[in-house]
Amino acid sequence: MKWEVVIGLEVHVQLSTKSKIFSGASTAFGAAPNTQTAVVDIALPGALPVMNRAAVDKAVRLGLALDATVNRKSIFARKNYFYPDLPKGYQISQFELPIVEHGKLSIQVGDAEKVIRVTRAHLEEDAGKSLHEDFHGATGIDLNRAGTPLLEVVSEPDMRSPEEAVAYARALYTLVTWLGICDGNMQEGSFRVDANVSVRPEGQTEFGTRREIKNLNSFRFLQQAIEAEIQWQIETLEDGGRVQQATVLFDPDRGETRAMRSKEDAHDYRYFPDPDLLPLVVSEALIESIKADMPELPGQMKARFIADYGLSAYDASLLTAGRAIAAYFEAVAKATGQGKLAANWVNGELAARLNRDGLDIAACPISAERLAGLVARIADNTLSSKLAKQVFDALWESELSADAIIERDGLKQVSDVGAIEKMVEEAIAANPKAVEEFRAGKEKALNALAGQVMKASRGKANPAQVQEILRAKLA
Amino acid sequence: MSLTHEDVARIARLARIEVSGAEIEAVSADLNRIFGLIEKMNAVDTDGIEPMAHPQDVSLRLRDDEVTAADRRDAFQAVAPQVEAGLYLVPKVIE
Repeated sequence: MKWEVVIGLEVHVQLSTKSKIFSGASTAFGAAPNTQTAVVDIALPGALPVMNRAAVDKAVRLGLALDATVNRKSIFARKNYFYPDLPKGYQISQFELPIVEHGKLSIQVGDAEKVIRVTRAHLEEDAGKSLHEDFHGATGIDLNRAGTPLLEVVSEPDMRSPEEAVAYARALYTLVTWLGICDGNMQEGSFRVDANVSVRPEGQTEFGTRREIKNLNSFRFLQQAIEAEIQWQIETLEDGGRVQQATVLFDPDRGETRAMRSKEDAHDYRYFPDPDLLPLVVSEALIESIKADMPELPGQMKARFIADYGLSAYDASLLTAGRAIAAYFEAVAKATGQGKLAANWVNGELAARLNRDGLDIAACPISAERLAGLVARIADNTLSSKLAKQVFDALWESELSADAIIERDGLKQVSDVGAIEKMVEEAIAANPKAVEEFRAGKEKALNALAGQVMKASRGKANPAQVQEILRAKLA
Repeated sequence: MSLTHEDVARIARLARIEVSGAEIEAVSADLNRIFGLIEKMNAVDTDGIEPMAHPQDVSLRLRDDEVTAADRRDAFQAVAPQVEAGLYLVPKVIE
């Protein structure tokens, strides 16, 4: 049987505010336990929450960027459950009326583009952290994270493969870091993904039973976890079993998903409007001021790169994965007037080298200006692609400009017809066998001759010219 | 609609309130009287009326994003039953 996969994602985006969503305690990561807690965060009786303006601004910013409805009035609700790292006994969240609804986000998988609908995004507070080891049978509670502002972004079940799910998560990641509303530090939990996964026989309209994979904090784990979950669900169904709705965790070491022990009452949160918080009103003036302050968005920039520089949609989406890489590419393209060539070098050699050394574009040892110097010399035929790679290596290792390296290492491509003719004649004289073979119709023999010329020129002869002159001399 | 004893036991469990077998009868009667009130309200025609989340017609006050809270861990933890290495200790919550 052919199976169709259905995936929806819930992403917890930690908003990059200085203070917590409802208190004046710091949100900085890594402080000594419980040193960043105010009376609201530890739930002292009588302590009242006061909403952080910056969290509202950031939520509105994402809402506008997702082309969503920003509700002029939204409501905070209490989500009730008992756990020691949630001292109030409820999490303040938004339920019936979230701040953002009905958005959409465009993704790129290979050559295909697809629009994923965003159901809603709501403001809420994070819980504290439980440490289960090393306390002789007790659990240690650190409430520094309690009250950190989160925006939970919920998609429609619009994705049909692990690749689409990862592309959506990446596109959302790009957007929130692009807008500067999230620091994007996934190791520290600033961007956490839950994936709802189900399968159904192809052609069936109703959804299968879904299981929710919790707390994935890397794109690689997201992909692996969904793949493992799909395989498990299909095997279970094909063996005549049933999938039961459950929450599961991904074990990256074993490459499998495992159901958490489910409590029958676990999902009865008994939401109700929080009487401590009045309705949140977003004014037209606020929306207008945020609109006026919006940067060019990745989707818009991608379309512009395609139109202005003739890039493929795939290349353009790689180059708009972050603001820094986009700015870098555009600086090279503008300085050289060679958009396509600049894109090839940034997405090709440069990306591979950054990846090899585990570097971010911000820490790239070659400035956009220096790469532009290289691209310009390729464009004007000073460098063959082979020599260009040599210059690129030298750029990576030094502070010199491409021109200085070409000068220093004598890497200028030789396009002087007289000089090349001389080397071609020498090669012909030294390789009578290859000449004979070529004249007998063996095309490949020409490459052997061309190789001799390139060797004699120490790689500097213009390869196109070498071929041309060889053919002329042998004709 | 009215609540069964099982409903009451479940609500009590969710709220972490201990209700003994003997008390369930009385608590059920109380809760069902409240349900009676809700039934009455449900009977009112509310078509076209915007749901009200808060009785006052004012909106949420916002504060600027500034760190104003000092570290008062020692004072807070002075009233905690058990602390270690800056953490509050609670009975183990996972096996």
